[in-house]
This record gives sequence, structure tokens and C-alpha cells, in this order.
Amino acid sequence: MSGAQPVCLPVGGCLPLAELPRLDYERFSRLLREAVQGGARVVSYFARPETDGLTLYAVLLADGDGRIALLRTTLGESFSSLSPELPQLQLFEREIAEQYGVRPEGHPWLKPVRFHAGWTGAPDVWQREAGRHPLVGDMAYYRVAGDEIHEVAVGPVHAGVIEPGHFRFQCHGEEVLHLEISLGYQHRAIEKILRGGPHPATVYQMETAAGDTTIGHTWAYAQLLESLAGVQVPQRAQVIRAIGLELERLANHVGDVGALAGDVGFLPTSSFCGRLRGDYLNLSAEICGSRFGRGLVRPGGVSFDLEDARIATLQQRLKVLEPETCGAIDLCFDSPSVLARFEGIGTVSAQDATALGLVGVAARACGLARDLRQHLVPAVWTAAFAQPVLEEDGDVYARGNVRRREIVASLALLGYFLDQLPAGDTRVPVRELAADSLAVSCCEGWRGEVVHAAITDRDGRIDRYKIVDPSFHNWSGLALALRGQQISDFPLCNKSFNLSYCGFDL
Amino acid sequence: MLSIVRERLRQGHRTGKFPKVEPTLSDRFRGRPQLHSGLSPQQREQAVAACPFGALSQGEQGLRIDLGRCLFCADCPAAEQGALSFSGNYRLATRRAEDLCYSDEVYRLADALNERMLKLFGRSLKLRQVSAAGCNACEADLNVLNTLFFDLARFGIQFVASPRHADGLMITGPVSENMRSALLETYAAVPEPKLVIASGACAIAGGPFRGSEEVCNGVGDLLPVDLYIPGCPPHPITALDGLLRLLGRR
Repeated sequence: MSGAQPVCLPVGGCLPLAELPRLDYERFSRLLREAVQGGARVVSYFARPETDGLTLYAVLLADGDGRIALLRTTLGESFSSLSPELPQLQLFEREIAEQYGVRPEGHPWLKPVRFHAGWTGAPDVWQREAGRHPLVGDMAYYRVAGDEIHEVAVGPVHAGVIEPGHFRFQCHGEEVLHLEISLGYQHRAIEKILRGGPHPATVYQMETAAGDTTIGHTWAYAQLLESLAGVQVPQRAQVIRAIGLELERLANHVGDVGALAGDVGFLPTSSFCGRLRGDYLNLSAEICGSRFGRGLVRPGGVSFDLEDARIATLQQRLKVLEPETCGAIDLCFDSPSVLARFEGIGTVSAQDATALGLVGVAARACGLARDLRQHLVPAVWTAAFAQPVLEEDGDVYARGNVRRREIVASLALLGYFLDQLPAGDTRVPVRELAADSLAVSCCEGWRGEVVHAAITDRDGRIDRYKIVDPSFHNWSGLALALRGQQISDFPLCNKSFNLSYCGFDL
Repeated sequence: MLSIVRERLRQGHRTGKFPKVEPTLSDRFRGRPQLHSGLSPQQREQAVAACPFGALSQGEQGLRIDLGRCLFCADCPAAEQGALSFSGNYRLATRRAEDLCYSDEVYRLADALNERMLKLFGRSLKLRQVSAAGCNACEADLNVLNTLFFDLARFGIQFVASPRHADGLMITGPVSENMRSALLETYAAVPEPKLVIASGACAIAGGPFRGSEEVCNGVGDLLPVDLYIPGCPPHPITALDGLLRLLGRR
């Protein structure tokens, strides 16, 4: 194998590791750069200690055809950082530095990501004391100096009923010059405890990797095991998963639009959507007994079937919910006072979004056609999914409006799926996983793409598991959106992204 | 303005009737497990070994379950072996950790606070919520209590923005190593007397992350807990039922 080109894989595919050439770092970075110039983006980037040394894997995806490209190389104690040229790698490189104690030389923003001790016992890149748990949030923050410059620190415990994180604003009066977001408070070591798995507890840890994206993460996990085991999931199970995924999207999008309205003091939409969100969660509970879709998706299929009577109930309830949802949401988007607060706030340019590798709602609000539902494996999608919903302006309004339009599209998709549920089994057994293989799986969760990758050892156990939640890419987008904004607009901007803390912290 | 009024009329009055009227839950809702009797010692042993979270143990009168550890899994291996089945009973909250464990029908639901505490908090309870590595499901379903269907404020209960304004903490998540000191500091900032509520399997005993070196396996060893609300996540009705019991309203 020459290694002149990256090795390709379809979404949800799997590959024996021996077929993936080990490139030298120079060639690896050249191919990576070329792929990104050619329109691909990095969806996962992780390291694994191997007999040949610490091995770095890059997973690229081209949105046009949905092909996945893979590259690997070996790292020494340090390597030359690619972040200055490819900012979308900056967090991935910091993550690898934190986990394995290798230094990305020339990284412009080399700070800890999750504040945990290294995984291998290698010396810490930040010279933090060995044998002690690092102090969360202990790092050099970016400071702006000058007359009348002040700093505002918020969190980890916030005012609302939300997850913890730390935010530092550098302000001049009301104007935010820079926002730095420091996370890690939610770190539970999910990837680390998965080694040697799958364990009996693993699927439940996937369901709670980001609890509001239960279906998205469990789908990616299930797809990964299925491809490693060479199992085809029955059509009926695929459609039931799709129903779960769209219900998850609906509940969260409806809740988000309500929260956006609430943040600008438009209470009718805020109250109506708060109730409607619960009604969509109850539809998930109708299917699997859990409002968050717990227990629905399992490797090999789904654990609940939909009888005709249940389908009819769902259809009937959706028929009532649809006009109520659209009515509640349109009210806010038809109000000039609301639009005046949404438009031109928290803008991210398409250029910055591309450079940072934003995904999901935040990317589509900048006009980037990034929606993995275009390429998802089950044929049900290709039949039903039209086009990604795109907006151009990249502001709070655009992110809100992407959600509004996706709510309508999701309702149509759900109607189609419930109408066309194919007959057949809902689950097939998943047995041994292929040994010494690499698999990548993706799912378009409600926030954006959820990408999982796994490498098995020679016994077919999981040796390295990598989770990329959409929030991993998008927190940088929020930081950028705040530049030049008033600090009082932070809640609104934050809500318009609505990112996951635990999905980032893992 | 007219369109707002028109929409308001269409949306109607949606405040729920709970606790006067019992809620209608999905027929697939998994509530309090019922342990089955008549299992052979070997079957019991298998059931105990099958739960990934150690919720089952061998008791004197057969199987014993700890709802603080139970995640109410849809594919509960012990249920598949016939050791238990899930009822539709959403009432789960208790005052003491030992009350979460049972081996027969007797399950001691939460008692009301003592007279002094009831006098203080019975008609007005302000809680500061702290998520300590919660996955946002517990948090989201507590937030739901503020929506117009549950309308928590009608019971005099409110989530407040500062621990200084609070009568107690409502804690979710297994308490990550990285949240431990922030949680303890928040607790210290709440004026005495104060309450601690552990909501969800994670906060009670670590939930799916029990045993990870990065979590403290819940609040138990760190703070005195006054109310345990089981579930992964607890249904909002379960949480509301627990809060009302604590305040002597049920």
C-alpha cells in the first residue's frame, strides 16, 4: 500500500486495522490538509498507544458524498501542531495532549480540556503534580488589559437548572471583547471505562453520555457494534429508531424555541413550548416508557415494537400537536419585538464556522449543508429526507429559524415513518466483534452530528472508544459569537446554541 | 396582540390536576419493581449477578432490591429471568437510604419534615439546583416542573438562582471529582437549617457511572440527604410526589 490517498469507508463502516497504512507524520499532515482543502472536515481525531508507538487516527468526512476517509500516523513525545492551519483541530490536539502527555508544538492555545490525570502515566504537558487529581479550571486564562477593562467570571454553578461550566468574559463596559469557556466539571471518564468492553453497563453509559441525546448516542453506539459484528439491522427497527430520533429532535427544538422566546421576555411562546416539549417527551415514553428514549435503541435493533394501536395513538396525538406547535412558534417569529432581539445578535460568519468545524444547527444557520441525515445508512432516510434546512445569517435568528423549519420537517418525517413502518423483526443478535478493526459510526442528533469510533483488540474487545458530541465542535462557536456583543446578550446567545456540557466532558 | 389572544385560546388551560387527580402515564412506564417470590436459590443468585449496577442482593426473605441503584432498565436482565417486574407505581421517594431497599411489598415512602422544619418550609421552599455531572436528563425533567402543566410554584416550591436565597439543595449527577468542591461550597453557602435532596440514580449512588474513578458515587458520603428520589431520570411526577410528601402535602 502506497498510502498516497486516505482509505475510504462508507458511513457506519468497519475496516481491519491492517488495511490502514501507517504514514509518516509529514505525509499524514499533507493528506489531511489536502482533504480539508478539498472540502472534507475532521469529524474525529484520536490517539491510541500501540506497539509501534502512540498512534494518531484522523477521521474525515466529505459532506457532499458522505464518504469517510481515514488516516493514521505514529506520534513521538511531541509533534508539530496542525491547529494554526486547521483551527478545527485545536481541541482534538489539546485532548490528546491531556490524555497521553504528548505536546503539540506550536499549538496556539494549549490548555487542558477536561482536567483529569493522564491516561498513561507519561509526564503531564502542563507540569501538574503527578499522582494528584488536577484542579479543575486551573489554567492560564486569556486576559485583556487596559483602562476600564473588567473581567466577569461565571460558574461552574449557574443560576438556572443546568449543567456546570466556567465562563470568563473580558469586557469593556457592556461589550464583550473575549469569552473563554473552560469545561471539564462533568467529566465521568466514559471513554476510559469502556476499555475492554462492551461491559454490561456500557449501553446505559452511552444513553447518559449526553442524556438529552440518548437516541443519538445510543444509535451511534449500536451502529458501531453492528458494523463490527457484521450485522444488518431489520428495516422495521431502523424506522423505529428514526422515529425515536425525530421525536428527540422535536422535543429539544421545541423546548429551545420556547427558551429563546423566554430569554427575550416573550412569554406566550415560552409557556406554550414548555408544555409542548413535555408532550413530545411523552410520545417517546409512549414508545419505550422513558421520556428520554432510554431503553429504545439496542445493538441489533430496538427493544420495543410499535403495534398498530400504538401507531394510531401516536398519529392522533401528533395531529393535535402539530398545529399547536406551529401556532406557538409562529407567534414569536411574527413578533417584530422578538425579531429585533434575535436579528444580528451572536453572529458567526460562514468562514469562521468552516474554520472551526461547527456542526449541526449552528453550522446550518451559517449556510453550511452539514446534516448527516443526508448520508445515514438506512434507506428510510434517503426516501424521506429532503434537504438540510439552511439559513445564511449565522445569528440567533438564523439558529432559531433553523429549528423552527426543522420542527416542520421532522413532523413530516415522523408522519411518513409512522405511515410506512415496514413489517418484520425488530432485533437481531449481535455476537462477536471483529478483532483488530476500526469502525466509525455517525448519527445526526438534534444538536448535530454524533460520531463514535472504536478500535478492537485481537480478542474483539473494545480497546479504544472515541465519542465526539456535536458540542465538542460548537462550544468554540459560542465563544466566537460573543465577540463584540453585550454581555447581557450572553443568555440569549447561549440558548441559541444550547450545547451539552457532559457531551463535551464525557 | 389579537393573534396572541387567539393562540392563547387555542392552547387552552393546561395546568395539571395533580395531586388531586392521579396522572395518566404510558402503559410502558417502568415504576416501582415488584419482586417475584418462589425463585430457587440458584435463580436468585443468577438475578443478583445479572444486574450491572448491583441493585439486587440476597435478603433473608428472598431477593432484595435497592431503588437507589436501580435504573429501571427497559431490558432489565433480572426481569427477563423472571425475578421481578415493573409496576406503573410512580411513588418512589424516601427519606432514608435504607428505605430504598425492600424485599417484600412494604416500601416506606417519604414522611413529612418535622414540625419545626414544616413551619419554616411547609408553605415556601426555595431550592438551589446543583448538577454535579448530571447528564441533563434529571436536570431537564426538574426544569419541566416549572412549566405550566406541573406549575411547581402553586405549591410554594421554587428553584432560585443563588444558594444564599435557598432553603436547600436539589442535587443531580454522580458528583464528579471535578464538581465535588463546587458542590460542597454551594452547600456551605446555604443558610441553616437546610435540606439536601438527591434526585436520580446518579445522585443517590452513582447511577450508570458507579465505580468510575472520576465520580464520588453520589451525594451520600459527602452530605446528609433528606430526600431520595429514585429513577434514571425520575419522572417529574415522581419528583413532585416526593417534594409534596416532604412538605406533608400527600
